[in-house]
Amino acid sequence: MIINLLINGKLHAIEAPEEMPLLWAIRDIIGLTGTKFGCGVSQCGACSVLLDGQLIKSCSLPVSGADGKEILTIEGSSENLEFLRQAWSDGNVPQCGYCQSGQLIAATSLLDTTENPTDNEIDAVMSANICRCGTYTRIKKAIHKAVTLKNEVI
Amino acid sequence: MSKIHRIDRRDFVKLLGLATGGIVLGCSIGSDKKDFIPTIDAEGFHPNLFIHLEKNGNITIIASRSEMGQGIRTSLASAIADELEADWKYITVEQAIGHEKYGNQNTDGSRSVRTQLTPMRKMGASAKMMLLAAAAKKWNIAPKDCSAKNHFVINKITKETLFFGDLVAEASLISLPEEDSIQLKKVEDFKFIGKTLKSVDLKDFTHGTAAYGMDIRLPNMKFAAIARCPVAFGTVKKFNKKYAEEVQGVESVFELPRLIPPTGKFFGMFGGMTVIANNTWAAFQGKANLKIEWDGGANASFDSETFKKTLTSRVHKTGKLVPGGKGNVRSAFKAAVKIVEATYHVPFLAHTPMEVPNATAWFQGNNIEVWAPVQDPQTARSELSHFFEIPEENITVNVTFLGGGFGRKSKSDFVVEAVAISKQINAPVQVVWTREDDVQHDFYHATSAQYLKGSLDRNGNVSGWLQRVGFPSIVSSFTPFSEYASGFELNQGFTNNPYILKNFRLENVQAEANIRIGWMRSVVHIHSGFGINSFIDELAFAAKKDPIQFHLNLLGPDRTIAGSAGFPFHSKRFKNVLNKTASMANWGKKLPKNHGLGVAIHYSFYSYVATIVEVSVIDKKVKVENIWTSIDCGLALNKDNVKNQLEGAAIFGMSIALYGKISIEEGAVAQNNFYDYQMTRMKDAPNIHINIVDAMNEPPTGVGEPGVPVIAPAICNAIFNATGERVRSLPLSDLGMV
Repeated sequence: MIINLLINGKLHAIEAPEEMPLLWAIRDIIGLTGTKFGCGVSQCGACSVLLDGQLIKSCSLPVSGADGKEILTIEGSSENLEFLRQAWSDGNVPQCGYCQSGQLIAATSLLDTTENPTDNEIDAVMSANICRCGTYTRIKKAIHKAVTLKNEVI
Repeated sequence: MSKIHRIDRRDFVKLLGLATGGIVLGCSIGSDKKDFIPTIDAEGFHPNLFIHLEKNGNITIIASRSEMGQGIRTSLASAIADELEADWKYITVEQAIGHEKYGNQNTDGSRSVRTQLTPMRKMGASAKMMLLAAAAKKWNIAPKDCSAKNHFVINKITKETLFFGDLVAEASLISLPEEDSIQLKKVEDFKFIGKTLKSVDLKDFTHGTAAYGMDIRLPNMKFAAIARCPVAFGTVKKFNKKYAEEVQGVESVFELPRLIPPTGKFFGMFGGMTVIANNTWAAFQGKANLKIEWDGGANASFDSETFKKTLTSRVHKTGKLVPGGKGNVRSAFKAAVKIVEATYHVPFLAHTPMEVPNATAWFQGNNIEVWAPVQDPQTARSELSHFFEIPEENITVNVTFLGGGFGRKSKSDFVVEAVAISKQINAPVQVVWTREDDVQHDFYHATSAQYLKGSLDRNGNVSGWLQRVGFPSIVSSFTPFSEYASGFELNQGFTNNPYILKNFRLENVQAEANIRIGWMRSVVHIHSGFGINSFIDELAFAAKKDPIQFHLNLLGPDRTIAGSAGFPFHSKRFKNVLNKTASMANWGKKLPKNHGLGVAIHYSFYSYVATIVEVSVIDKKVKVENIWTSIDCGLALNKDNVKNQLEGAAIFGMSIALYGKISIEEGAVAQNNFYDYQMTRMKDAPNIHINIVDAMNEPPTGVGEPGVPVIAPAICNAIFNATGERVRSLPLSDLGMV
């Protein structure tokens, strides 16, 4: 079927089987490879994207469920994502970097809904994302730092 | 020993696809001797090419080692830039293809900095000498009257300056300096070495633009998934591909025969049924729809719980004596005031890097090109040459970013698969493993059993030490029917036990392999670190002594033990990291109720590490609250990167201690994905405190792996301290403790 996806502000009309997970439509049909495959069963968060502002695991949502909706991937931009990018760089967070697309998108969703998250609030959202290199303490610190950066600007 | 050669620039330009003019320095460095991986070793001296300076001042530095999160692209580039007196803002890093020109590129064993720092510094220093000579010629003064700073050469007489980029033409005419004329900077003059430089890849990592293996896209590329026999080395007996072919997007389905490597080298591939599709998901769906009857073969009855019992009974009987013992353990035990005995277990473990194994290949008759996340691109190239009978010079292995490696991507089975399929379908193809494929068809970290028996004399000192170990050998993956751990494996913590033990005996018991065995981050040190540190804690308790003091006593007076590869062992440095950690953790402080502290120390990859863990145990559930680690890794090339590696090692070690277990039933791996092969997550992550000993005048030693082996024993010792309960068999999840 023809599916319309508004990804990072750009409209993509694609032909895809309706049950194909959004992840593979993004990666293999549209060709945006920043969103990662990690487990295929909503266990690791590497494929995280925002769908109409909601944090989802794109490996587990049929592409038909995203038809006509707005999607933010790591190739895109938002106010909170930019502060997080800056904080990630300031804290030299990534090691291999593979999970960081998903980590950044999950953190964006967290800051979109919680202005100044506590450690527990960070744990609650970010524990859905696995980092095999083990950069968790840096990620947590960077999320706090992003809040600081954001407050400085205002 | 290194030798510097002039390299034909055209060759270099061709190799890198660089088109702009500039000077090129070539250098050959001796391939580093592999210290624990047998076979598949490149030998001799090979030319290397690492620096490209353009007229606009831009410098491209070639990274010969694979980047898998250890920060090597940044670290080695910074060493070159430091000696070159380059301005960091002009530096970009390009990944080398797999080629012997770059020396040994095998990225494992925590040795990239250890073996490459000096050659890379010489690269930078010799390039600087050429720029100085070029400027001197322009100014008509002696090179000694020139110095370099921040991308400029300075005329010390007139204070004039010349930009590096403006010296390209002249420098190209300067002959390469003799190697013994190269002078390296003094420690106090370092600008980047020993400091902190952020990753050169941060922008790509935070924008989704770093290209990992799975991100390669070629025109008309197909996607492939492979169904492999659940039992290692099993074969396809019968299949029905009808339902697979019905999946929208599936183009063909066929049997892929196993490729068996020659004895002693390479990895080959399992073979199975492969599904070709026009997208990854269709390939996965097609694979799921295959009906296959397998012949499990010789390993079909293997059961890891039974094997654990077998190994346990073997370590409880006399094994093969390992040379290097001391004194007479039997008489020490007879004279003992107290005897302590314990048996420890580590299960099979899978690597599970976040990026699953994958490779993209294009077989074109006389040429092969692959793009893959490989730790050892040269072995991949040699292996492809062997199996597909194409000369190496017609094979290009492009190294992508690795989404984690941990030893899994040292093995090139997934690359061989991609080439075999591309050859079959006559098109470019990307093979992608599912996570289940990855968990169930790994080269596993071996399971182990260890029996330790120790005696204490009337002063509570250790008078005798017997250790029996059994674990399937890595060698079994190269030489079938290797049924005993080999010398290079035992030398990872067992035979090179650094404690003062007058009576010491090590025995090795039979442990056959029924699945593929590989090496995983810190390798056999996971076993030795767990067994030895747990047992010392038990001995200290039996002797009613403080565990840290007990370790210090066993390390004895300051002494040096000759080691391999020019790295002697210094007990003083080991004691120093232990004391540093004790002071960081405030060892001896009063702890909250239900809290406990545990200590472990381990020497691996020539680095000294001590760790203290604080746990809380409430309702039998363990929470790791704090981890303090001190490392002496000699010269720490990039400080924050070393810190990041040790933080990561703590989390990696926690995954082993808390969750790591692969079990095998009827020859097949029982786990599937992250829901039943669990990882440490953020909610589990403790506060991590890292100390890096200032040892800038010592040669650099391992960083990526040495932080791992201490974590599991320190956690278990902390649990004992909190509860009085000993954990001798990993993981904690098996005991309902997480």
